[in-house]
Amino acid sequence: MTHEREPEADGPRRYLSPRELDRFNECVLPYLDAAHNLARYLLRDAQDAEDAVQDAFLRAIRHFHGFRGADGRAWLLSIVRNTCFTRLSGRPPSGQNVEFDEEIHTVEERSPGPDVDLERRAAAESVREGLDRLAVEFREVLVLRELEGLSYKEIAQVSGVPIGTVMSRLARGRKQLLLALAPGGPKENG
Amino acid sequence: MQCEDVLERLSAFVDDELDPLGSREIQEHLDRCPTCAEALGGMRGLGERLRAEAPYYPAPDSLRARVSQAAWREASRGRGADRRRSVATWGWLGAAATVVVVLGGAWLFTSHHGVDGFASMEGEVVSSHVRSLMASHLMDVASTDQHTVKPWFNGKLDFSPPVTDLAASGYPLIGGRLDYLRGRAVAALVYQRRKHFINVFTWPDEGAADSETPPRTHQGYHVVHETHGGMAYWIVSDLNPEELSAFARMLVTGK
Repeated sequence: MTHEREPEADGPRRYLSPRELDRFNECVLPYLDAAHNLARYLLRDAQDAEDAVQDAFLRAIRHFHGFRGADGRAWLLSIVRNTCFTRLSGRPPSGQNVEFDEEIHTVEERSPGPDVDLERRAAAESVREGLDRLAVEFREVLVLRELEGLSYKEIAQVSGVPIGTVMSRLARGRKQLLLALAPGGPKENG
Repeated sequence: MQCEDVLERLSAFVDDELDPLGSREIQEHLDRCPTCAEALGGMRGLGERLRAEAPYYPAPDSLRARVSQAAWREASRGRGADRRRSVATWGWLGAAATVVVVLGGAWLFTSHHGVDGFASMEGEVVSSHVRSLMASHLMDVASTDQHTVKPWFNGKLDFSPPVTDLAASGYPLIGGRLDYLRGRAVAALVYQRRKHFINVFTWPDEGAADSETPPRTHQGYHVVHETHGGMAYWIVSDLNPEELSAFARMLVTGK
């Protein structure tokens, strides 16, 4: 997948023409939410995710003239994804092993309103925790597939891996997540 | 086909990402293997659960504003226009949410005649809204006094836009400016709600019956269109839709 035409942030750049700005607003900006959601899952930190998305958008804006395709979503998400992975690689190792990430993400403080459906909240919490504990490569494909509805081809484009890899990561990720969410509770998995 | 092989490919089968032949093989196996069929149910259930229960994290408004601003800035730099004179003054607007109400000029609006016209107008007012914030050109006349803002439009437009003071309701007027929609001069009024700004554009739409559309979302901004007393109003903002509707009501009815 060679669509990844985004060079370094300080690489060649050109200002957007008014037409390009319109096109950017039309093809790329609508996927800001998807970008943020992906970054949030990859980085597991609200502030980091915002920073990464902002960085990614700056790169996207500066290199938008290199964007030729019609699929602004995959193009943007791949920039976001790469920005996030760069950030992750700069982090102290925190168990980004491919098998199972044992680092339990701190549960965010949320003030439960009086009428909240506690059961639903708990279910959401356990799903999120299950996802958060997956290795980032698995989390990535699951979020892209299940929450964004991307095809394998699109995921391959975003992640820069062959479709076969997408397929096997999804299969393994799902297997691990099923185990983690099983009534017996999330436990070790080989 | 062995169960083991089937289980390995079940995930892709669920996603409908196998070729037809592979898919049929799996299906045939599933038809006669209850164990694998159960696994299929589990896999489908997992997908449903993720889609229904996994939290989704939309971008915060502040991020949306920063990103739009950055894009606009890149574009205006490219035009070489030095609009930086008021960047210091209005840079903080980027972090704030904004409501723009557009009072348009003599542009003939087709809202009552077709969805396409509506959608494209919606895009235009949102662009205009974003530009007004990002190009440091929110206001030509900055005043909280309707008796200053309204006369300012005299001689600049061929109509006199209604200017309502809604400060008492928590939506103070903060200024106005000329804007352009489809090449025509229009008037824009700027209101504020907490940290959110409101740009109002309006123009005469004589003969049109009073109407009101519920807030719609375009590129993350909410858009309300009203026709009232022969005037068309376009109101754009990232303020929440409920408050935006309430504002629109008060704006056009004056109460």
